Amino acid sequence: MTPPLVVFDHVQKHFGDFTAVKEMNFEINEGEFLAIMGPSGCGKTTTLRMLAGLDAPSAGEIRLNGRVMNNVEPHERDTPLVWQSLALFPFLTARQNVEFGLKMRGIGKAERGERALKWLDKMQILQFADRDISTLSGGQKQRVALARSLVMEPQILLLDEPLSALDAHLVIRMQAVLTDLQRELGITFVYVTHSQSEAFAMADRVVIMGDGEISQIGSPKDIYRSPANRFVAEFVGRNNILSGTLAELSDSSAQIQTPSGAFKVNLNDVTLTDGQPTSFVISADLVHISQTEPDAQNKAFCKLISEEFVGSMVTLFLEDTHGQEFKVQMQERELSKFELKGGDQIWLNWDANSAHVLNRE
Amino acid sequence: MNANRTLNVALTIYVGLIFAFVFAPIIFSLIFSFNSQRFPTIPLGSFSTEWYEKILSDPDVWQAARNSLIVSCSTAVIATFLGFCTAYSDYRYNFRFKGPYLALILLPPTIPLIIMALAMLAWFSKIGTSGQLYSIIIAHSVLTAPFAMAVIRLRLNQMDPDLESAAWNLGASEWATMLHVIIPFCKPAIASGLFLTAAVSFDEFAVAWFVSGLNKTLPIVILEIVQGNIDPQVNAIGTFVFLISITLVVLAQLFFASRQMKSIRS
Repeated sequence: MTPPLVVFDHVQKHFGDFTAVKEMNFEINEGEFLAIMGPSGCGKTTTLRMLAGLDAPSAGEIRLNGRVMNNVEPHERDTPLVWQSLALFPFLTARQNVEFGLKMRGIGKAERGERALKWLDKMQILQFADRDISTLSGGQKQRVALARSLVMEPQILLLDEPLSALDAHLVIRMQAVLTDLQRELGITFVYVTHSQSEAFAMADRVVIMGDGEISQIGSPKDIYRSPANRFVAEFVGRNNILSGTLAELSDSSAQIQTPSGAFKVNLNDVTLTDGQPTSFVISADLVHISQTEPDAQNKAFCKLISEEFVGSMVTLFLEDTHGQEFKVQMQERELSKFELKGGDQIWLNWDANSAHVLNRE
Repeated sequence: MNANRTLNVALTIYVGLIFAFVFAPIIFSLIFSFNSQRFPTIPLGSFSTEWYEKILSDPDVWQAARNSLIVSCSTAVIATFLGFCTAYSDYRYNFRFKGPYLALILLPPTIPLIIMALAMLAWFSKIGTSGQLYSIIIAHSVLTAPFAMAVIRLRLNQMDPDLESAAWNLGASEWATMLHVIIPFCKPAIASGLFLTAAVSFDEFAVAWFVSGLNKTLPIVILEIVQGNIDPQVNAIGTFVFLISITLVVLAQLFFASRQMKSIRS
């Protein structure tokens, strides 16, 4: 197995009394698309800045290709960053912006121009090469920013919420551009975002951060279906979280007593003990609805509170008589058969295999 | 709509009156500088360039003009350099006595000129540097640096705080970043600062008069002409000084405002 490209070894970062990063241990492999996701203020941008050398770790070590990077100046690293603000140089043209890094590295004028034009072409903005930055649209600026970093032909590209300023339809397009680029170049992308859809759409692996710590690392599917703890389950959203105590335990399954009733869960690799407070989650898209009482072990009778309609998918927000909230996600065309309106009562059910028991924090 | 119109007319008249009040004396000076009569009275005499010919043939005036040019150009360069350094240190660093540091830099324009002039003279003669052309340059640099700093500071405040880090991230050392990012970004403000400080120095009388010794600048020559008698030469030379100053100030405004408008539009 090839050694990891980047290693965070017990890395901490404090700003005075404020702890931005408590302790981080993780590895980034060569050629992977890694997303670091978390709510604002969770330390994800600080993590990225430490990798670029813009903030120095207060403790621990960051290694790149096995070399300790703690005391390497930012301009001596090869870790170009695509900024949330883009940080393009407003007094330069698109092409001069792309050439900037090469110029700083002392590369001759002819080669600089050639490489810059190649990248502008690759990003499909060659026709804007000699335009002032201020005359470009948001999407075009985004492409200039990408070209400016990629022209350095780095081993690793850092991206700090680069799509947050774009319109929704442009975000989808740029996601495709980014994943294609990453696959084509085969280099490592480290992508910081608070947006689950961006992280899940693009990343091979996702690091979920909360409050300066890693909450979970895994593939998007792992994180979506098997959140490690309550924080991840809540952050990922579209999850039904039920809490109760363990009532009955067998080899592969358990009964969990909640105010809304007893539910059966299949045990993954979690070990539980009797009487222990336990939470479990069911993804909203794994819950089914029916007009009549279903012949199922796990069911709840709920009132429809509201629905959220996004394209072909609809999310229902429901509540049972005990005040437990439920979310159900389903195809619009399926839902239309039920002819539901707010306040209607309906049955929910799900398979015990769909329930995922959370680790206790 | 109607109320708006009335307000607009009222405001236009108001602004017009202000301009009239400010510029009337200067315009009269301009008119009388071309008047053949010795005394500024109406009706005017015939059109004449006599007074201009007179000052142009006066070697004292030429020497003073040369001195003024040297002083204002040197002052502009030194004051703008100092202004840039202080503005940048304010933008980039946080340190303990930053408040007092900034207050100290901004202080000179608030001190009455006559006090400033006396203090400068006392200090310069103490250290043996009074009565030279460079004494005026030093004094004017202290006096005008805050103007340059204010303009450059405004510009730096418009800079994306990530811009510097972005340059480092792309392999630029701190010096390279200064040269290729900070200075180009501040260029319009630096140009504006140069013109503004040159204009202030070119006009300045009190401090120059105290510390200059025998090296007269134009404002000092004007005073000498007026002290002697009523001489329309003063109108001619005044018109000349006014035109230079207003040109410098307008240039300063153009450099500053055009960038400002651009950044507002984008």
